Amino acid sequence: MKTKSYMARIMAAPHILWAILFIAAPMLFVLYYSFTDASGAFSTENLRLLLDAKYLTIFLRSMAFALVATVICLLVAYPLAYAISRATPRAQKVYMMLIMLPMWMNFLIRTYSIMAILEDNGFLNTILNSLGIPSVHIINTSAAVIFGMIYNYLPYMVLPIYTVLSRLDVRLLEASADLGCTPAQTFTRVVMPLSRSGVVSGVTMVFVPSVSTFYISQKLGGAKYDLIGDSIERQFQSAYNYNLGAAMSLVLMVIILISMAIMNRYSDGEGGLVA
Amino acid sequence: MRALSKIYTILIYVILYAPIAVMILFSFNSINSTGIFAGFSLHWYQELMKDAATLTALKNTLILAVLSSLISCVIATAAAVGLSKMQNRMLRSAVETLTDIPMMNPDIVTGISMMLLFVFVGMRLGLSSSLSFVTVLIAHITFNLPYVYLSVMPKIRQMDTHLTEAAMDLGCTPFQAFLKVELPAIFPGVLSGLIMAFTLSLDDFVISYFTTGSGFETLPIRIYSMTKKRVTPDMYALSTLIFLAVLILLILSNVAQRDGKKKKK
Repeated sequence: MKTKSYMARIMAAPHILWAILFIAAPMLFVLYYSFTDASGAFSTENLRLLLDAKYLTIFLRSMAFALVATVICLLVAYPLAYAISRATPRAQKVYMMLIMLPMWMNFLIRTYSIMAILEDNGFLNTILNSLGIPSVHIINTSAAVIFGMIYNYLPYMVLPIYTVLSRLDVRLLEASADLGCTPAQTFTRVVMPLSRSGVVSGVTMVFVPSVSTFYISQKLGGAKYDLIGDSIERQFQSAYNYNLGAAMSLVLMVIILISMAIMNRYSDGEGGLVA
Repeated sequence: MRALSKIYTILIYVILYAPIAVMILFSFNSINSTGIFAGFSLHWYQELMKDAATLTALKNTLILAVLSSLISCVIATAAAVGLSKMQNRMLRSAVETLTDIPMMNPDIVTGISMMLLFVFVGMRLGLSSSLSFVTVLIAHITFNLPYVYLSVMPKIRQMDTHLTEAAMDLGCTPFQAFLKVELPAIFPGVLSGLIMAFTLSLDDFVISYFTTGSGFETLPIRIYSMTKKRVTPDMYALSTLIFLAVLILLILSNVAQRDGKKKKK
């Protein structure tokens, strides 16, 4: 028994050491840089600066964009996941593979390709013009940025919702119909509550990358829609204000922790997300 | 109702694949444009083969993915086995919470937090540049750990612990019991963790971007610096090749799975 636990410790030790050095310590460095100035002295100046209108706008805009993208993803993905889960097992596999396949393309290329389509003299307008329809201006608008988020993260929403819906016991639906529910009532009273855990993880998996993204808005929104991610990237790669960048990351983490806490209440609590 | 859901499904797939179709189409463009298609040619594929920097980046990406997935796989598998045997539940849940942080955090936060650590330590050591291949490798191993751990752990839970005890009763040392009994039992989990880690590492841009030095460029970073200027269709050619490789791999693994199932029957 003793040698057994001795070996268990040796096996777990490298991982524990690694996690302390490269997961815990970096988090402490974010805290340290957030609360110091360039000379290393204690300062709350970075966090105070984030309350300026300039940065406040960036944070509110990021949250608004991410929220809109998440809601649209949910509205688009739910019926899709439902339709897939009703198909034959073989077809389900193919459908889901086709949903995940675009994720294997680098997201930079995917985003760039969307840009090439939406541009004023891009592919979309070329087609529209050849059909005699006047050009539309989409690129460099907030709609283009949000479309980029939806496009890139939609599979993260479809996957968990599909997973819960495909495990749904069909007999429950039959029972509900036998007991006098209309199909719509069965859907709102049986299917939706049972798929709540999938919805919750889908929402989290779309919201987190959307609120923290950089690059998407640089490419699809011109320079007009600065998001938190872009702002953080600038502090580290061109402005070299690590302290301000760390403070922004800290606030971003807090925003995400709060939204996760809110979502978790819905996943297990008695209250209905869909009610 | 059924027709409606079919139309809806098709519409979503069309939108999902439109950018990819456009990318593949324009990789065969005969002129330097990603908006106007002038005619079919393999010009950009030839250009790609001549582009030494991109080929180096491809090689770097593969080296990084192989090393980081193997190392993270060894570390996390050993930890999952070790932790599952410890009586100390507090320690185990503390380690699991800590390990999950890179998975929960946005990539950009993971990236900059590690960059801060490396830069700080580098400054203290008086290094001229603190970011290099080693730092990006450390970063990739770190963000791979939770994925390997999470795919190995369920297999360990399913494993019959009596088998290990039987092996040791029959004279195996704990290490032999691990190699001969436990490892084969959890191997499917280890393998899927390894593949997951490999693909995550291959595809990562954000974390590499913040933790790599000027001397080490991965493919996603190369793509990023190229999309800062105007992209020429050779990037599309490269992405088309990667896309085809992934498609073939997926089809092969599906066929292999089906054949495996048939044999079992």
